[in-house]
Amino acid sequence: MSFGLEYDVIQVTLLSLYVAGAATVLGCMIGIPLGSLIGLKEFGGKSALKTITYTMYGFPPVISGLVIYYLFSRAGPFGSLGILFTPTAMILAETLLVIPLATGITITEVAEVDRSIKDTIRALGASRRISTLTVMREAWVGLVMAAMIGFGRCIAEVGAAYMVGGNIQGETRTLTTAIMLETRMGKFDYAIGLGIVLISVAMAVFLFLRLLQEKEHL
Amino acid sequence: MTAAVELRDATKRFGDVVAVKEASFAVQKGELFGILGPSGAGKSTILRLIDLLDAPDEGAVLINGEEVPCNSRKADEVRSRIGMILQKPAALNRSVANNIAYSLQIREWSEEDIVKRVDEEVKKYGLQDRREKNARTLSGGELQRLSFARSTVFGPELLLLDEFSANLDPKNVALMEKQISSYMSEDDSRTIVMVTHNIFQAKRMCDRIALMWDGEIVEIADKKKFFEQPDDPRTSAFVKGDIVY
Repeated sequence: MSFGLEYDVIQVTLLSLYVAGAATVLGCMIGIPLGSLIGLKEFGGKSALKTITYTMYGFPPVISGLVIYYLFSRAGPFGSLGILFTPTAMILAETLLVIPLATGITITEVAEVDRSIKDTIRALGASRRISTLTVMREAWVGLVMAAMIGFGRCIAEVGAAYMVGGNIQGETRTLTTAIMLETRMGKFDYAIGLGIVLISVAMAVFLFLRLLQEKEHL
Repeated sequence: MTAAVELRDATKRFGDVVAVKEASFAVQKGELFGILGPSGAGKSTILRLIDLLDAPDEGAVLINGEEVPCNSRKADEVRSRIGMILQKPAALNRSVANNIAYSLQIREWSEEDIVKRVDEEVKKYGLQDRREKNARTLSGGELQRLSFARSTVFGPELLLLDEFSANLDPKNVALMEKQISSYMSEDDSRTIVMVTHNIFQAKRMCDRIALMWDGEIVEIADKKKFFEQPDDPRTSAFVKGDIVY
């Protein structure tokens, strides 16, 4: 459905959800285990590593886009894969933005699980690996929060998506890049309409994650 | 006969503090061994050494005659046969039934056996009404009963009790002591190492008792000797109640 636009708004919306969702999942798959290890293990340089992770919260999307562009451009080391200006490149660029967020939030959340719970888990006979997984489960609310914040960053992202996606109609156009395009062309009513769609979609996903967060574990 | 637990000149330091100093003793299978002493004497640290949660800085800890490195796979395997009840047990954020099931899941019991065993345990410990409630809603006494169920459901050969009754009212203390005694009577080879600062509880429950003082074991004796003819003047003062602790 185009709603008077030159492109299918539903397709653009679904692509936005796909790119942001996949980047969130990938970023959390890397960031949550990494954050758990950093948060629960004691090792030299831990404090410095935590500080670096937290400062990466402000990692500029345009730099993330630049890195992926360089790696996958024709002259880049992975240019032969031919994924530049595809949703895959957009997912990778946004994954780079989610990783520090998921890692940092997980470090904080697992560290905040009460000492008595960690002691109890070990005293019950859990191995170190099982203990880590159980502490992660105890920090469930915070880990879902990491996914929410990561998704929030991705769905609202425009710089990296534009750089490595190219805003190609029917292929890499997302809600944010479409809003940018309509605004540039002076079509404010369309831009506002797409903005409302973007906010609605983001809120629906957040509501789902919030319900997941509230779920009582029995 | 191989001792269930043996410490050989085990020393544990935390920074400059010597929590346990050259502790040596052996606990035989089937024995209920008590470690008495004032707060901060190093009693809980000894239990952590026995549970292979911490490694001694010097000396050795042997479980069934074998010295096992703390962070090894072997340690995980040995620890899966040890139950430990903490002074302040915490409830995992799941139902009472699933708190008990957790102990069996990490030991890779089959789902069918877990369901059956959990059913028996909730009945045995009077937790049927709370079975599907989140364990964080339990009262202190209920939580300690859950803790006992969780730590014994898999039938550990060695049970470590760290001030298990410190936060309980007399009724629940009596109930827990009864459960411990019933647990011991089920199998002659079951062994308990119990830490307490409660002299009367040690007198009621233990076969042999050690007194710890500032990280050192100052006396080990069977119950009768410990209370009636102790060798060390600190033991004598402790059992007479002359020392405030």
